[in-house]
Amino acid sequence: MQTNRRDFMKMAGLLTVAGLSSHSLTALARASKPPIGRVVVVGGGYAGAAAAKYLRLWSLGAIEVIVVEPNRQFVSCPLSNLVLGGSQSIDDLTFDYQLLKAHHGIQWVQDQVTAIDAGARKISMLRGELSYDRLIIAPGVDFIYDNLPMLQSAEAQKQVPHAWKAGWQTVNLRKQLEAMPDGGAFVMNVPAAPYRCPPGPYERASQVAYYFKNHKPKSKVIVLDANAEIISKKGLFTKVFNDMYAGLVDYRPNNALVSVDVASKTVVTEFETVHADVLNIIPPQRAGKPAQMAQLNNIDKRWCEVDFLTYESKLAANIHVIGDAVSAALPKSAHMATNQAKICANAIVQLMADAEPDPAPVFANTCYSYVSDKSAMHVANVYRYDPAKKIMVSAEGGGVSAAPSELEGAYAGAWAHNIWSDILT
Amino acid sequence: MKKMIASAAVIGFFSPMLVTAADIATVSDVHIRSLAASCAACHGTQGNTVSVVSSADSIPALAGVQQAEIIAKLTAFKSGERSATVMQRHAKGLTSDEIAALAQYFSVQVPKAPVTLKSQKLQAGHAN
Repeated sequence: MQTNRRDFMKMAGLLTVAGLSSHSLTALARASKPPIGRVVVVGGGYAGAAAAKYLRLWSLGAIEVIVVEPNRQFVSCPLSNLVLGGSQSIDDLTFDYQLLKAHHGIQWVQDQVTAIDAGARKISMLRGELSYDRLIIAPGVDFIYDNLPMLQSAEAQKQVPHAWKAGWQTVNLRKQLEAMPDGGAFVMNVPAAPYRCPPGPYERASQVAYYFKNHKPKSKVIVLDANAEIISKKGLFTKVFNDMYAGLVDYRPNNALVSVDVASKTVVTEFETVHADVLNIIPPQRAGKPAQMAQLNNIDKRWCEVDFLTYESKLAANIHVIGDAVSAALPKSAHMATNQAKICANAIVQLMADAEPDPAPVFANTCYSYVSDKSAMHVANVYRYDPAKKIMVSAEGGGVSAAPSELEGAYAGAWAHNIWSDILT
Repeated sequence: MKKMIASAAVIGFFSPMLVTAADIATVSDVHIRSLAASCAACHGTQGNTVSVVSSADSIPALAGVQQAEIIAKLTAFKSGERSATVMQRHAKGLTSDEIAALAQYFSVQVPKAPVTLKSQKLQAGHAN
C-alpha cells in the first residue's frame, strides 16, 4: 500500500509537471478505485456548490457526490443590490452549473427535497429517493411570515417584494423603482438580527439612494430598522447616509414592523404609520426548509446547532449543516458559507478515510458593500476555532475600511468573479 | 436512473484497494488546505486568480509564487510595514507558522489559465 501510494504520488507529480489538469488526476485516482462513500448535498448555493467541489477535489474523486437543487441556475445575492442601483443587471449575476459538474464529476439532480429520514440515511424528493453515507444540508434561509401573514402569498410578494433571494424578486423591485415618479418614497425594513447578510439592507438603502440621486433627486429612502442601530459597518454607513446621500436617506432605528397593508403599501411600526410608493419588506428568517424537515433548527426554532470542526448537526449523526442556516456568532455571508463548506468537506474527506478532522480550523471572511456604482468598503476578519469554547472566534486584526473607495470597488468586483469561479468551475 | 443511484450507496465498505486517509491527506496538509481555500474568494481556487480589474489594481495570483516572496509580503502586511486595503486584516489574524505554511502551499500550486465563467440570461422558471 505504501509503495502504491508513493507510486501514485510520483505519477501525480509527473502528470502535473506535464501540464495535465487536476481533473485528469482526479479521474485517474477515481478510475482505479471504488468510492469510499457517498455524500448527498442538498442545495446548490454558495455553501452547497463549494462543498460539492471541494469534496471531489480533496478526496481525489474517491467520494461520490450528488447535489440536489431545485433551480437550474445560480443567481448571486452578493452584488444583487447593484441591480437596484442600476449598475448591474440580474443577467450579470446568473450562471449555470455545467462547468462545476463537468470539471469535478459531480452528479446533479434537479429536484426538491420533501423528506429526510436520518435513521435510514435517505432523502425523498418529488421524483425519487437517494440514500447517503453523509448528508450535507445547505438550505439557505426560509422567510418567517408568522407575524406578517399578509405577505405570505406570491401575489403579495409581487406587490411588496423581499428581493432577499436574488432573481425575479430583484428584477421586480428594480422595475418598481424605475416606474416610481420622482418625489416618491421607497420604504424598506431591516429585520432584527441575525439575518442573511448583515450589511445588506444598508447597502440596499445606499444603492437605491444612488439611483435616486442621479435620476429621481426629489425622492426619499426610508429605512425602518428593527435593530437599535446599524448592525454592520455602522460608522461607514452613517457617514454614507449623512454625507454622500444627505437628504435622501431617512434612517429610523428601533422601528420594528407590526403590520403591512399590501394594497395601500402602508407599514405600521411600533411607533408610526408610513406610506410607501415602493415598499420592500425583508421578513425575519430561519434555516431553510430542508433543515426544518430534519428538525435541525433547534436554536430559537430558527438556526441549526453544529460542531464547528465538522459542521455535523448536534442533533443528527451523519447530517451536516452549512451556510446561513447555521447558528453561529459569525456573519451570514457568502464568503462565510463557502468557508464552512470547505471545513465541512475537509472533515468529511478525513472521516470517510477513517482519519481525524482538522482539530483547529481557521478561515477568513471578506465582505464588501457597494455604496455607489463604483465605490465599496469592506469588513474583514480571520476566525479561528477556540478549543475551550468549541466555537469560531475572531482573531486579532479584523475591521472595516476607513472610507469607501473606488479601489475597493474594483476589489469587490474581483472578489465576486473569483468566488463565483471558485464555486462554479 | 434515480433508482439506480438510490440503490448504489456503499456504507462503511473498506478494502485494501480503497483510497486511505494517508493517500488523500498527503496531497496537501489538511489544516492548511482549508485555510488556503478560504483565500479563494479573492485569489481563486488554489491561488489561480481570475483577473477582472486593471493590472495596477489587480489581485495577484498566488499559485506558483515563491514561498519567500509570499512570506515577505504577508509579514509586511502583518507588521503594518506595508499598507493595504484588506490584506493587513487577514495577515494580522494569522500566526507566523500559518503564514509560512500558506506560502509553502501556494508556492507548489500549479499556475493554470483561469476558466472563463460566463453569465447568462435569467430563465423564467427560476424560483425567486
